[in-house]
Amino acid sequence: MSTIAQKKGFGATVWDYLTTVDHKKIAILYLMAGGIFFLAGGLEALFIRIQLAVPNNDFVSAGLYNQILTMHGTTMIFLAAMPLIFAFMNAAVPLQIGARDVAFPFVNALGFWLFFFGGIFLNCSWFLGGAPDAGWTSYASLTLNAKSHGVDFYILGLQISGIGTLIGGINFLVTIVNMRAPGMTYMRMPLFTWSSFVTSALILFAFPALTVGLFLLMFDRMFGGNFFDVSAGGNTIIWEHLFWIFGHPEVYILILPAFGLFSEIFATFSRKRLFGYSSMVFATVLIGFLGFMVWAHHMFTVGMGPIANAIFAVATMAIAVPTGIKIFNWLFTMWGGSIKFTTPMHYAVAFIPSFVAGGVTGIMNAVAAADYQYHDSYFVVAHFHYVIVGGVVLALLAGTHYYWPKMFGTMLSEVLGKITFWLFLIGFHLTFFIQHFLGLMGMPRRVFTYLPNQGWDTGNMVSSIGAFFMGIAVIIMLINVVVTQVKGVKVGNDPWGDGRSLEWSIPSPPPFYNFKQLPLVRGLDPFWIEKMEGKKGMTPAEPLGDIHMPNASFLPVTISFGLFVAAFGILFHVDDKPWALPVMIIGLGITLVSMLIRSVKDDHGFHIHKEDLENEDKGVKA
Amino acid sequence: MRKRLHKWRLISIFAILALALSGCGKPFLSTLTPAGEVAQKQYDLTILSTSIMVLVIIVVTVIFIYVVTRFRRTKKNENKIPKQVEGNHTLEIIWTVIPILLLLVLAVPTVSYTFNLADVGPMKQKDKQGKTKDALVINVRANLYWWEFEYPDEKIITSQDLVVPTDKKVYFNVKSSDVKHSFWIPAVGGKTDTNPEGENQFWLEFDSKSAAKVKNQFYGKCAELCGPSHAYMDFKVRTMSQDDFSAWTKEMQNVKKPVAQGDLAKEGEAIFNKSCIGCHANTPNDSRPEKARTAPNLATFGDRERIAGILQHNEENLKRWLRDPEKVKPGNLMTGKYQKLSESQLDALTAYLMGLKVEQ
Repeated sequence: MSTIAQKKGFGATVWDYLTTVDHKKIAILYLMAGGIFFLAGGLEALFIRIQLAVPNNDFVSAGLYNQILTMHGTTMIFLAAMPLIFAFMNAAVPLQIGARDVAFPFVNALGFWLFFFGGIFLNCSWFLGGAPDAGWTSYASLTLNAKSHGVDFYILGLQISGIGTLIGGINFLVTIVNMRAPGMTYMRMPLFTWSSFVTSALILFAFPALTVGLFLLMFDRMFGGNFFDVSAGGNTIIWEHLFWIFGHPEVYILILPAFGLFSEIFATFSRKRLFGYSSMVFATVLIGFLGFMVWAHHMFTVGMGPIANAIFAVATMAIAVPTGIKIFNWLFTMWGGSIKFTTPMHYAVAFIPSFVAGGVTGIMNAVAAADYQYHDSYFVVAHFHYVIVGGVVLALLAGTHYYWPKMFGTMLSEVLGKITFWLFLIGFHLTFFIQHFLGLMGMPRRVFTYLPNQGWDTGNMVSSIGAFFMGIAVIIMLINVVVTQVKGVKVGNDPWGDGRSLEWSIPSPPPFYNFKQLPLVRGLDPFWIEKMEGKKGMTPAEPLGDIHMPNASFLPVTISFGLFVAAFGILFHVDDKPWALPVMIIGLGITLVSMLIRSVKDDHGFHIHKEDLENEDKGVKA
Repeated sequence: MRKRLHKWRLISIFAILALALSGCGKPFLSTLTPAGEVAQKQYDLTILSTSIMVLVIIVVTVIFIYVVTRFRRTKKNENKIPKQVEGNHTLEIIWTVIPILLLLVLAVPTVSYTFNLADVGPMKQKDKQGKTKDALVINVRANLYWWEFEYPDEKIITSQDLVVPTDKKVYFNVKSSDVKHSFWIPAVGGKTDTNPEGENQFWLEFDSKSAAKVKNQFYGKCAELCGPSHAYMDFKVRTMSQDDFSAWTKEMQNVKKPVAQGDLAKEGEAIFNKSCIGCHANTPNDSRPEKARTAPNLATFGDRERIAGILQHNEENLKRWLRDPEKVKPGNLMTGKYQKLSESQLDALTAYLMGLKVEQ
C-alpha cells in the first residue's frame, strides 16, 4: 500500500470500505449505516404520527401499527443511536488520545459488520411475513404469544448486532487504557473520551444481560424451551428484569457520549476550559455506576411490593445529583466565555433547557406512587423522547456538524445547518411537550388509534404537526450534506478556529496513520496550550520513524455474513422447512472458516517507512 | 432576527400551555381530575414534584438566558481570550447540596405514599367461611381484549362493566389469563399490571361527589401492549352508593336463569344455547372454573354501557359486532368460533342479548 494519494474508481472505493480496518473509515461506515437506519426509524415515526393525527384513523391497520411502533423503537435505539454514537467514538477518540488507531482494528471492523448485518436481518422481516410487533421491550408473554416470525427476527437480529456492539465496547476500553499518547494521563483526557470510556464499560456489563435474555427467548421460541412459559412453570417477569438490567444502562450508554460531545462543543465555542473538569469526570463515572442500580423503576407497576419500589425510587432520584452537576458546569463553562453561535453551539445551547425538561420528568417518574399514573402512558413517551431526542439526537446532529470537517475535510453549510436546527427544535417541542398532558389525561402508550370524545384530539393533532417539522429539518440536513460534498471546499487542521484537543492539530481528514509523530501532551486541552504559546502544532514526543499499520481484511464481512445466513436457517427451522438446517450449517460454516483463516494466517501488517513520511510535505489525502 | 425567533418560541410555548390548561382532559378519564383517595394522593405528588421541578427549571433558565445573552462573541471582542477557569469549589458544593435537599423533600412523601398505596391488610382478614371480614374484594382477570370482574364473597361474576360502591375502599386481586395487561382507571388511581404468573393486590376508593359529576361512570383502560386490539381494551366503571350496590348484588345473586321475553328473543335464546353458550355464560353465578370461562359473562349485557368495550350500546352496533368481530376488534378470539349468522338469526340473537338485564 502506498501513502501517496490516488484517485480511485468507484469499485475500488467500495472494496476499500468493505475491507478497511481504519477507524476513520469505519466511523464513516457507522455514520452512513446509522444515518440510513435513522431515516427508516424517522419514516416509521411519521407513519405513527399520521395514524394518530385524528381519532379512529385507518391509515395503517392495528397489526401493522404494532409492527411500525416496535420497529421505530428498536431501529432508533439499536440501529440508529448506537451506531451513530460509535461513529463519533471511532472518528474522535483515537485522535483525541493521540493514537494511530484503536487497539484492535480488525475487531473494530468486525463490530461494524456484525451490527450492520444484524440490522439488515431485522429489517428483512418486513418482506418475510411481517416485522416484530411486541414493542421494543418485547415482553415475554406477548412475544411467546406472537404468531408471526417478526419477534424471531428481533431476537436473532439483535443478538447479532449486540455482539458487534459488545466487542466494539471492549475495543474502546482497551484503546483508551493502552493507547494514550505520552503525557495523556486519565485526568487530561477530553470529556468525550472520558464519556466514551464509561460508556464502553457500561456496554461491557449491560449487553451480556440482553444476550442472556435473548438466548432464553430464542430457546423458548425456536427450540422448545420453557423459561418464560407460565403454563410450564416459567416466569415472564424474569425477562422484564433481564431486559431492563440491560435497558436502563443502555439509556446511559446513549446519553453519556452525548454529554461528552456537548462538553467539547461548549468549551470550544466559549473559548474556555471546561468548568469543573474533575467534577464532570466524577459525575460521568457516578452516573454510569448508578445507572446499574435503578433498572426496576421501569417496573414499578409490576407488583414488586412497596419495599423494592421505594428503594428503586430513591436510587433513581439520586441520579439527578450528578446530572445537575453537569448542567451547572456547562452553564458556567459559558459564563465569562466568548460564545460563538455556530450550528453545533446552537444545538448545545438548545440541549440545556430541552434536556432539563426531560430530566425533571424523569424525577417525576421516579416518584413510585405517582408513577403508577404515568407508567405506560403518553407522559412516559414524552419523557423519554425529551431525553433521547432532546439529549442524544441533538448531540448527534451537533456532532455531525462539529466533526464533519474532521471526518470529510469539508464544512457543512452554516446557513442550512441553522435552518435545520430551528425547524428541528420547534418540531421537537411541538411534538413531545403536549404528550405529557395527553398522558396525564389518560392516554395509554402504544395504542394504534383512539376513540373521539376523550379529550385527546387536539393534542394528538398538534403532536403530529410537530413531527413533520422534524421530518423537513432532516431533509434539509441531507440537502446540506449533498451540497457540501458536491462543492467540496477543503478546510484546514482547525476549521472552527477554537479547537482545543488533539484532533484539531492534524489535517482534516487526517492521514491514515493519524500522527506522523506521536504528540507530547502537556495538560488538558493540549492543542489549546500549544496555540496559546504561539506554536502552530503539537510538540512531537518521538523522533520520526517507521509506522506499523494493520493490513486491510475482508474477513470481518464474511464472518458477519455467515451469521446473517445462519440466522435465516435458525429462524425457519421452526417451520420444518427442509432447507433450513443446511442454510444454518452453511452460514455457521462461513463464519467458522473465516475465523479459522484469521487464526492461522500470519498477518503482521506493514510499515510506512520513515523516508516516505519525510518525502511528504503536504497532508496526505488517503 | 434571533430575538424575534426567541419571542416566537415563547409564544408557541404559552399557546401550548394555555391549550393544555384550558381543559385538564375529560373528568371521567383524566388523572388531573382525581376522583378518589388514591388518585388524589397521586395528584398531590404530581403537583409537589412539578413545583420542585419548575423551581429547578426557573433557576436554570435564568442563568441560561443571562449567560447566552451576556457572553456572546461580538465584532468588538472577537479576539478576546477569556480567562481559563478551572472550577469553583463553593459553587460546586452549592449545586450538589441543594439538589440533594430538594430530593429529600420529595423522597419522604414518595416512600410514605408508596407504602400506603400498597396497604391491602383488610383484604387478608378472613372469617370462618373464608369470606373477607370487612372489605369488598374484586378479582379482576384480564384477557385478550376483555375484562372479567368476579366478586368472590358475593359469588357473582360480571364482565366489561365494573360495578363498585362509592366512598369506601375497594380491594382488587388482579391477574391475567393470557398475556400481560395492565389495569388502569386514570381518574380513580394508578395502574397495576395483570401478570400471567400471579396476583397483584391493591386498593382504590371512588369518591361519590366526583362520580356524580360524571354520571357515575368512569373509563378504564388496558395500559400494557397486549396485541392488535390493545387500544380497544377499554372497560367502564359504574359507581353507586353502598345501598344501591347491596341491592345490585342481591339482584345479581337472584338471577337463576335468564328469561327471554317475546318470540324473537326466544328464537335468539335457542341460537345462543347452540352457538354461544360454550364460551359465554348468561347468569352471574357461573360456577365453572376460570379456565373454562373463556369469554365475557353476558348476564348483564342489556345493562352495559358499551358493546365490546368500545361501540355505542345499540342494536345496530351489536349486529355489526356479531357479523364480523374481526372488523371491530382485530385479533380478538371470538372471530371464527361460530358459524356465520343470517340476518334473521342476527335479529333474534340481538333481541335476546339486549334483553339480558339484571337491573330493574
